[in-house]
Amino acid sequence: MAKQQHAESWSNGKSVFRHGDVPFRIGTVVLASCVVGLVLAMGVIMFVSSGEARAAFGWDVLFGQVWNPVATDLAAPTFGAWPAVRGTLLSSLVAIVIAAPLALGIGIFLAELCPPQLSTPLSFLVELLAAIPSVIYGVWGVFVFVPFFNQVFSTPVSETFGDYIPWLAGPVATGRGVMVTGIVMSIMILPTIASLTRDVLRLVPNTQREAMLAIGATRWETIWLAVVPYSRAGIIGAVMLGLGRALGETMAATLLIGNSQRISPSLFAPATTAASLVANELTNSVSTLHESALITVAFALFGITLVLNLGARLMIWYVDRGMAGGRS
Amino acid sequence: MSSMTISQLAPFYGARQAVKAVDMQIATQEITAIIGPSGCGKSTVLRCLNRMHETILGASAKGTVLLNGEDVYGSNVDATLIRRKVGMVFQQPVAFRTRNIYENVAAGLRINGMTHKAELDQSVEEALRSAVLWDEVKDVLSKPGTALSGGQQQRLAIARALAIKPDVLLLDEPCSALDPIATANIEELLVQLKTTLTIVIVTHSMQQAARISDQTAVFMVDTTSGNPIGELVEKSSTSNVFTNPSDPRTESYISGRVG
Amino acid sequence: MNTPKNYRWRKFVDQVMRGSTVFATGCAVIPLIAIIGYVLTLGASALSVQFFTDVYQPPNMAQAAADGSTPAFDPNDPFAGIGVPTDGSTDGTTPADGAAAADVYAGGPVGGVLHGIIGTLIITGMGLLFALPIGIFAGIYLSEYRNERYSTIVRFCCDVLSGSPSIVAGVVIYILVVIRSHEFSAIAGSLALMILMIPIVTRTTEEMLKLVPESMREAARGLGAPTWYSTFTVIIPAALPGIVTGVMLAFARGAGETAPLILTVLGSNVISTNLFAPMASLPLLAYRYTESPYPGENTLAWGAAFVLMMLVLVMNILVRVATRRRAGASR
Repeated sequence: MAKQQHAESWSNGKSVFRHGDVPFRIGTVVLASCVVGLVLAMGVIMFVSSGEARAAFGWDVLFGQVWNPVATDLAAPTFGAWPAVRGTLLSSLVAIVIAAPLALGIGIFLAELCPPQLSTPLSFLVELLAAIPSVIYGVWGVFVFVPFFNQVFSTPVSETFGDYIPWLAGPVATGRGVMVTGIVMSIMILPTIASLTRDVLRLVPNTQREAMLAIGATRWETIWLAVVPYSRAGIIGAVMLGLGRALGETMAATLLIGNSQRISPSLFAPATTAASLVANELTNSVSTLHESALITVAFALFGITLVLNLGARLMIWYVDRGMAGGRS
Repeated sequence: MSSMTISQLAPFYGARQAVKAVDMQIATQEITAIIGPSGCGKSTVLRCLNRMHETILGASAKGTVLLNGEDVYGSNVDATLIRRKVGMVFQQPVAFRTRNIYENVAAGLRINGMTHKAELDQSVEEALRSAVLWDEVKDVLSKPGTALSGGQQQRLAIARALAIKPDVLLLDEPCSALDPIATANIEELLVQLKTTLTIVIVTHSMQQAARISDQTAVFMVDTTSGNPIGELVEKSSTSNVFTNPSDPRTESYISGRVG
Repeated sequence: MNTPKNYRWRKFVDQVMRGSTVFATGCAVIPLIAIIGYVLTLGASALSVQFFTDVYQPPNMAQAAADGSTPAFDPNDPFAGIGVPTDGSTDGTTPADGAAAADVYAGGPVGGVLHGIIGTLIITGMGLLFALPIGIFAGIYLSEYRNERYSTIVRFCCDVLSGSPSIVAGVVIYILVVIRSHEFSAIAGSLALMILMIPIVTRTTEEMLKLVPESMREAARGLGAPTWYSTFTVIIPAALPGIVTGVMLAFARGAGETAPLILTVLGSNVISTNLFAPMASLPLLAYRYTESPYPGENTLAWGAAFVLMMLVLVMNILVRVATRRRAGASR
């Protein structure tokens, strides 16, 4: 009965139902704009709040060598986050060097080689790896992985090669440092890259595989010479997203890298990262300049992950468009 | 240059048999056309000849296909070696997107270990000439393969297949995505190629089969058992099939009453 | 049949490379099993009734009670052991005094994490509450007006939010709320988590609404129903299980976030329900107690990690089961 009435009122157009679409559209657009506004606001807030440090030090906030928040009789406070920036880049480099090839292998296995009954549970396991909170990686790293890695790798390697290769030099000490942080972060970013790689590989049209198989290619040659090149933009995008995650990773780095401002060539030595510097010092900042310098570091992190995201999305979008457009 | 002898070939998708066991002889230096209504399994049978059929998940085939007296489905025969000898061109023209025209043709050569630049250049030119594409692309070899028109891409695919010098060339409805002019080009090309090659072509166009083939195999769908299954109803010389079909189903099909 | 000259080599490469993808997959599965295994076994050993019903107790309280010495922490100080040192040093967890006595480090698990569980539920729940309206309506916008150019911008901003480091959300709320109010507070933590949960809710809502068959929209339109009416009565109900999935995932992600809470909530050692004061939270406890020199507190860290891990595992498996059932039903 009521339904019938509704139907009639829609058709003669007198009801409020007809006019509900305007507020509905306005409502969704406004709330969707909150997302856009949030991103803009985050950028603006950090930009403004970092002004003091940027005015005082310029690019030296990021690339200066000395980070000394406390004023002494000898020196005024200086803020140069290069040790943290360097630690971030190095640990992320270790993470991406380990994770990218492994993730490519996983993606290939899941998309191309794995029996379909196994693909779903394995994909689920890999995605579970992405769901584990980063602090748990940190706890596990501190109590389990660092002692283990110390014993089987860091100590023997630094004792054997440390005298000849500076970046493998000892002493290993507590075992916290760039290398372990990078390895644990590689485990953390593995699922991000692997599942995206799997997705872009699955988008490759079957005609490409068949054309390669039909000229007598082996299974691997088909994957490596036809499937992977076809989706390489997407794979690069996936690696960029993984890199973005590694650069901004806070908890695992804070717990595992040792939080030292000293620059040491050795990957076994403690260092610090931009994210852990902010996490450790912002709540304890001793001056507004200190605060502002830390916010500058956070702003730089935000900026670089934004650029990486933009690049990655463009890459993946390029692959998607290729699928829809070129019927090759 | 080689003949194929197909005996008791039965393709399966999972547990379902797609085509009743096929016995057929494919002669050298001839074009054999396979025609029939859609769903009769003609493409499936073609894909069994170079073991492309089994690359589909769950697909398999029973029976024997002798190539130069050796069983394609023999127990220790590697499918990649068979596909090297029995090339294939597909319905949809395929160019490798990230490769230029030259590399599209050279792909099979490189896989098979050809590394010398001069040798590669010569083989690529030869293959493109045999595919009657050389004159159109010789100045743009470094352009992406996907930049070519559909008909050119199909000839590029033929060139790629020819580059590794196969004994047999299988074509799966190669002209169904092309316009009439491109189709005529391909047909002319196939007739030239048959002097050096054994060709099997699946086509949905009876006119095409009549124009270019020497032998014609007609497949039909048998729906009597409730489970549609393809079967070979007649295989004879093309003129025989079209003028004097021995099977009534062939006659009704070519006269347009079925399919 | 003559074999090409490089055939053996190609076969070898084929086998090796296919094998190495299996190896790579093993490399992902082994740490997963190691992490889950360690957290579940070591964490389970920290569990007791006390663990779930008690709050933090300074590790040397029992010691002090036994020998009459002065405890290192004032039991009435909610921030004991958390500390906000003002010298800029990076370690805020080690108790500066009292740690001199060696036997202070001895002792079994101390107290429980009830305050953390309550805090996490409050902070994450509030954050989710803030995130839901924006997330769901932005998702509706992205799905129902998907072809507009503006939706590309919204979608990209969503990706920026989900891709930016979680600490950045903490920094922004620290600037906006903590500095202004001169106080760490649970509500600040909720706001930071909101920033991190919005993109998850938005994207799952969008995906789930897109899964609703176009025919349903057309049917509603054919009846003359306006967009808003059909969205609320037909499309959202059809996608509701999926949206709930997204909300659960957002909750699981938010509950595990630590970095933004360090900057906004700070942490606490007592049960607190005051939204405008610092509050305890499980990931913060896991973090602080991992850095603690007391083995008893380390055990609590494992326990907190265990509870977090169970939360994440259960949520993800529930989501898995729910989505599989729906995928099966729609077939």
